[in-house]
Amino acid sequence: MSMNEEKKEFRPLIVAFCCNWCSYAGADLAGSSRLSYPADVKIIRVPCSGRVNPMFILRAFERGADGVIICGCHPGDCHYSTGNYYARRRMALLFSMLEYMGIENGRTRVEWCSAAEGAKFSKTMNEFCEKVKSLGENVRLGDIRCKN
Amino acid sequence: MQELINRLKELIADGTVVRAIGWKKGDMPYNPEPAYFEKPEDFDNFVYDGFCGANLSKMMIEAAKLEGKTAVCLKPCDTYSFNQLIREHRVNRENAYIIGVGCRGKLDIEKARKAGIKGIKSISGVDIEGDGDVTFDTVYGQKKMAYTDLMLDRCHVCKGKDHVIFDEVIGESKDTGDADRFEEVIKIEKMTPEERFAFFKSELSKCIRCNACRNVCPACSCRKCVFDGVKFDSQQKANVDSFEEKMFHIIRAFHVAGRCTDCGECSRVCPEGIPLHLFNRKFIKDIDDFYGEFQAGKDPEAQSPLTDFTFDDLEPKDAVGRGE
Repeated sequence: MSMNEEKKEFRPLIVAFCCNWCSYAGADLAGSSRLSYPADVKIIRVPCSGRVNPMFILRAFERGADGVIICGCHPGDCHYSTGNYYARRRMALLFSMLEYMGIENGRTRVEWCSAAEGAKFSKTMNEFCEKVKSLGENVRLGDIRCKN
Repeated sequence: MQELINRLKELIADGTVVRAIGWKKGDMPYNPEPAYFEKPEDFDNFVYDGFCGANLSKMMIEAAKLEGKTAVCLKPCDTYSFNQLIREHRVNRENAYIIGVGCRGKLDIEKARKAGIKGIKSISGVDIEGDGDVTFDTVYGQKKMAYTDLMLDRCHVCKGKDHVIFDEVIGESKDTGDADRFEEVIKIEKMTPEERFAFFKSELSKCIRCNACRNVCPACSCRKCVFDGVKFDSQQKANVDSFEEKMFHIIRAFHVAGRCTDCGECSRVCPEGIPLHLFNRKFIKDIDDFYGEFQAGKDPEAQSPLTDFTFDDLEPKDAVGRGE
């Protein structure tokens, strides 16, 4: 490891699962409105927030993500009518379980963000990124084999 | 027990059922195994005593596909699992003849071992009807233990003495509950995150990934399991590192969340003695807290909380940090 690398500040790796119909378009709007959000956020497009399997989140953590955020349409606005209501219940249980197992609270988040809310998307991502940065590297959920 | 055997023989003889599912004698007096009984002579090995803790409702998934009816012996808590399987269309009720068997709590041989009882030759006082102490005849002489001291942990949080589904009931049951079901969960919730993490790490690192918890669970009945894929590196223990086993257990518990009847089979079969019910109970407790009290399997018509929603459910961000 060279001297330069040691001095590097910690950049969190954030995985954002964005629903195709609202949040992904919201991210697009944020981009076309020239609103900035950190490049550490890696967006994965999913058809609906209800598509997000708890395993996706754990897998992301295992593979080295420091934070995972799930973005979907506002409750009531789901393209498939009810997908995000189911997602809301699942994620509430999963997050509570992660907390129970001693994982820091701030690493996971669910945010409802519509296609018109580019500003909200950018603000949310900036906030979440700061939060994860303050928590530091994800040690408890990571898998040593997946780190290089 | 004789009454039960006679009744099962009678049912097979008059053609009501083709076969019966019960327990047969194991290698040791304390490990009876689930088994099929078809002919009258098969019943020579039939046994039903305090060590018959196995929940037979999962065996009905396969048995209900066979031709003819199957009689199955279910304890009060097993009937919840059976109801849940009906709810999920996994068993055909028409093909089952449910005999509700009496229960006064099931026993855990590990408790005797912990009390220093070794070299067991025979055990008496574990019959369903009696209510005395358990006597172990060991190579070191006779040892006695109170029945309640020997009971499985799950029986201390008994769901009640009533069968929720049955065709007939043979024998008396007793509500053996004398502890709060969520006591252990609340105790863990009160720890600091570091303590909780250390606790689960120490417990789960014992996991040898034998999949016994998955195989025995009546709610885990998918034909194709997510853990069987080569993409999920959970097949060999050699692959396992600190997080992988946590992921396995979180996902295992999550897949049965809202469907788990808290029958406690996972903890009973774990060869390493990991308290797996702590995960299931955490989900049950959360579901009770967030979406109202729910007991899976109580009512075969009831909607499971995770396949249901209301417009003003709790937001995930409010689900965490409640203790702070």
